[in-house]
Amino acid sequence: MSYTLKLRIWRGDKEGGEVKDFPVEVSEGEVVLDAIHRVQATQAGDLAVRWNCKAGKCGSCSAEVNGRPRLMCMCRLSDFEEDETITVTPMRAFPVIRDLVTDVLFNYEKAKELPSAQLGPRDADGKRRMAQIDVERGQEFRKCIECFLCQDVCHVVRDHEDNKEAFAGPRFFLRYAELDMHPLDTHDRRELAQGAAGLGMCNITKCCTEVCPEGIKITDNAIIPMKERVVDRKYDPLVWLGNKIGLRNKDDAGRTEV
Amino acid sequence: MASTDQGVTSPTRARIDARTLRQDRWWLAPLTTFVVFSAFVVYATVRAFMGRDYYASPYLSPFYSPCLGDCVEGASDFGQPFAWFPLSAALIILIFPLGFRMTCYYYRKAYYRAFWLSPPACGVAEPHQSYSGETRLPLVLQNVHRYFWYAAVLVGLVLTFDVFLAFRPMPAEYAVGDGETSGIHMGLGTLLMIINVVLIWLYTLSCHSCRHVVGGRLRHFSKHPVRYRLWTWVSRLNTSHGRWAWYSLFSVALVDLYIFLLATGTIQDVRFF
Amino acid sequence: MTSTETSGPAEGRHPMTGNALSGDARGGMERHSYDVVVVGAGGAGLRAAIAAHDAGARTAIVCKSLLGKAHTVMAEGGIAAAMGNRWPEDNWEVHFRDTMRGGKMLNNWRMAQLHAQEAPERVQELEDWGALFDRTDDGLISQRDFGGHKYARLAHVGDRTGLEMIRTLQQRAVALGIDVFMECTVTDVFKDPSAGAGPGVVAGAFAYWRESGRFIVFDAPSVILATGGIGKSFKVTSNSWEYTGDGHALAMRAGASLINMEFVQFHPTGMVWPPSVKGLLVTESVRGDGGILKNSEGERFMFDYIPEFFKAETADTVEEADAWYDDKKNNRRPPELLPRDEVARAINSEIKAGRGTPHGGIYLDIASRRTPEFIRKRLPSMYHQFKELADVDITAEAMEIGPTCHYVMGGVEVDADTQESAVTGLYAVGECSGGMHGSNRLGGNSLGDLLVFGKRAGEHASSYAASLGGTRPQVDEAHVKAAQKSALAPFEVEGGENPYTIQSDLQQSMNDLVGIIRTRTELEESLAEIEAFKVRASTMVVEGHRQYNPGWHLALDLRNMLIVSECIAKAALAREESRGGHTRDDFPGPDAEWGTKNLVVNLNAEGTGVDLHEKALPEMPDELKGYFA
Repeated sequence: MSYTLKLRIWRGDKEGGEVKDFPVEVSEGEVVLDAIHRVQATQAGDLAVRWNCKAGKCGSCSAEVNGRPRLMCMCRLSDFEEDETITVTPMRAFPVIRDLVTDVLFNYEKAKELPSAQLGPRDADGKRRMAQIDVERGQEFRKCIECFLCQDVCHVVRDHEDNKEAFAGPRFFLRYAELDMHPLDTHDRRELAQGAAGLGMCNITKCCTEVCPEGIKITDNAIIPMKERVVDRKYDPLVWLGNKIGLRNKDDAGRTEV
Repeated sequence: MASTDQGVTSPTRARIDARTLRQDRWWLAPLTTFVVFSAFVVYATVRAFMGRDYYASPYLSPFYSPCLGDCVEGASDFGQPFAWFPLSAALIILIFPLGFRMTCYYYRKAYYRAFWLSPPACGVAEPHQSYSGETRLPLVLQNVHRYFWYAAVLVGLVLTFDVFLAFRPMPAEYAVGDGETSGIHMGLGTLLMIINVVLIWLYTLSCHSCRHVVGGRLRHFSKHPVRYRLWTWVSRLNTSHGRWAWYSLFSVALVDLYIFLLATGTIQDVRFF
Repeated sequence: MTSTETSGPAEGRHPMTGNALSGDARGGMERHSYDVVVVGAGGAGLRAAIAAHDAGARTAIVCKSLLGKAHTVMAEGGIAAAMGNRWPEDNWEVHFRDTMRGGKMLNNWRMAQLHAQEAPERVQELEDWGALFDRTDDGLISQRDFGGHKYARLAHVGDRTGLEMIRTLQQRAVALGIDVFMECTVTDVFKDPSAGAGPGVVAGAFAYWRESGRFIVFDAPSVILATGGIGKSFKVTSNSWEYTGDGHALAMRAGASLINMEFVQFHPTGMVWPPSVKGLLVTESVRGDGGILKNSEGERFMFDYIPEFFKAETADTVEEADAWYDDKKNNRRPPELLPRDEVARAINSEIKAGRGTPHGGIYLDIASRRTPEFIRKRLPSMYHQFKELADVDITAEAMEIGPTCHYVMGGVEVDADTQESAVTGLYAVGECSGGMHGSNRLGGNSLGDLLVFGKRAGEHASSYAASLGGTRPQVDEAHVKAAQKSALAPFEVEGGENPYTIQSDLQQSMNDLVGIIRTRTELEESLAEIEAFKVRASTMVVEGHRQYNPGWHLALDLRNMLIVSECIAKAALAREESRGGHTRDDFPGPDAEWGTKNLVVNLNAEGTGVDLHEKALPEMPDELKGYFA
């Protein structure tokens, strides 16, 4: 059950490059990454590609397959016709290093700008107590495997290099939401989310959700709730009035703004 | 070449000229949205400015409800505080449902993609030189969505009231058959209004702001079991928010069209009892 | 050498990640100075780096992949820690006993003890740093059942515990501002022969940027190896490309010794189809949550494979086994939850007896035993994995699974309390260290191992560095030149063989000859083949240049794979018994005499192969012996 796949791969570096043909034997049950590996082993030993687990768990083999951001290890060949040409290019939102490998430093920079979890003291017996329903929302976001496909597809930075400074991207809005919903965290990061992270740049066109290989509802469950939380703090006169007359929602008590 | 040197063809990126390598019909969804929304906007604008043929007793068009201006007899169940308003009565109240939909998270996605091409589809370069999202006027005003939601709840209540009124017997001049004027009545218009109001409620209650207000804003669901239940329920509806947005758009237009046709005498109401 | 910089991250590179485009600096050599250099950024490496940083050391993490991609993300089940959240009866003593029995008493007792005692606090620490574990009804960290553990004790997050752990540690390390050298491979550990009393102490390490091919010299008195395992030497494996035994080989070349290398764990449940994911792990939680094993005749065969050693605590009827899930006090465990070596052997026997599935595995069935909602909630990654990769809905049909190379119990011989190897300043932790798990590791004990000993290694490496004061071991420039020459050697060869071919032949050979069931003749054959691979590897050729060249990277890793493979084959040939992760067809049972000693391997004097000798196990104190009476 094998056939010759019409595979095209972008090869080059920051000086330039082009899409080249690499016809390659593939067989039933294989994924795009298998085909890439076969090209590497038989036709182009120096073809640069990142990969690790080959099981959709580490988020290393991110690339664009026929123009769509995908994990190559989760992109089954059976989803394509046998005579269909498959074009694989590096992620187009990040600077290219070589072949399919891009410089994803942007994401690691943004990670540093985000104040991490800061919990209060433990309970008297040295343990912490949190209800399952209170951690579930955060757990959805912590499924993120940091493949950075959401960051790649997001037009805010993909199409506007100059926005990179002011915009953290969907992956980090997930993180802001996770921390803001953490039942024991003591920091209020709403101001940061809106200011430094550029939450307002997002126009919720949902491409991040479309490409997420973990199926995280980035827009509906993280970004929009985060926007609403910023509205609570920023634009909502009812909340402002409540604070003024002492009708404060105790749910948010004990948090300090960072 | 639509894209600029800030985007996918900027100097550090992999050198590929095409603004997208997608081979599927990615343009179909935004095109459909564009055509349908444009058609609705044209229709709604025309109807809103007409200022007539919006009431065919006992049916009041949702575009004009509540009818607070100088309305035709029988249409104003909440009085006419704006009787002095010189233009169509629809313009007095239409700002609320319009604002609700314009600031709706689903509609924003749809029209940013279809009308503003920002982006036209995922992985397709957008044609704009610069982009500031919703950080400046006027788009920063999208954040008032929850106030329109409060208003939309009121509008929903009024439309629900209208459905009850739609069971009223018809006045003789509209009645068919023996001209009966007592007891309750149900016609195709009533049915359409029921469907419409159900869809409107589904759309209104599945709103992201609603989800936030009922419980989403909490950090400790475990301490607010009732609000958690409500949140779970709204969350389930919310996954289909886009669907309710489309369906209710069609149903509003359809009810209005039906009433328009009745009011102009083009058709007669189909009566069930 | 054209340029050398002194200490601190180089210009134009980010101080935290060190990752930037640097193709133009190809000829240069960077130089950095630290107190502690941690090689590897999995759970063990990150925990060690955090501990070293907290202890005041200037610390760097050097890792082959991007930060957060290490193999720890693949760990699914959970972290074994006797916190007693589900079973108040649970405590470190029970955990210690389970660990020793699972390792067939070959464990370093002190490591097993420290692990059992310290794991609960290490888990709580993760929670302090933001980890969101699944909860019990009381709001405590939930704990689940796993093979070989008497009580439910694995702290978990669905079936993606490893991801939670690595993300938490990664975020912690970033918050602390620890320097990370991503996509950077260490190829040598430098020693200063003139310092210290013995044959020299650690002086630093040599590495290259994968991205640019540029070399880096680290001046550091403490080097912590946390490089993981050796699984990539086998064809069917759950391990990623990174698992080439780097730490094992670096330690040996620096003069340290390895122990227990014959013990390789074959996880009983790996995917067998489609071919591209053959070997991919199917978590043990499937069985912990009710999944059972069946052969092609539909028989639940594990009841036929209960060994004498575990008879007393294993259910012998289907009724008792099924009742155990709800009532653990009055029923014994199902045989599906025997330690991994037992289950893997049983599966292997069933397949050999012709009762395998169409794709050469056996069935793992949870669909007929639990509701689809339960399965999707408890095993989300497994559901996703089978759906996406094999087009199998595990809530509706059985999975086809078979044994896969998963973990090496053997590793660098270290001091239990400090994790220091025989070489002063060289530490090893996690999978690349040896002793903790004896002849077989229990599921869930790996993640605990990483945390407990990661912290210990970081602290001791840091205090050793501090104790040196101003007089530090010096890196010899001649060693630097030699390391550079050695790294560039594959480019010098002409007309040789492609490294991919040699690697693939080695994997096939190890799988066939040093796999789950071994015999003398096959092991001897394997050693002969490894010698032949060494010859082939000495003339391998690499195309292209040094910038992000996977062919070159593989050529360098392949040397480590070869030496480690030799260790495994040699030790497996010497140990004439079957125990834990080492099964000899010609010596089917355990042997009491062999149960008292470890096999230790060293690099031979010429540096071309390995020498092997026996060493008595450390003696367990009497008060601990009492647990096994």
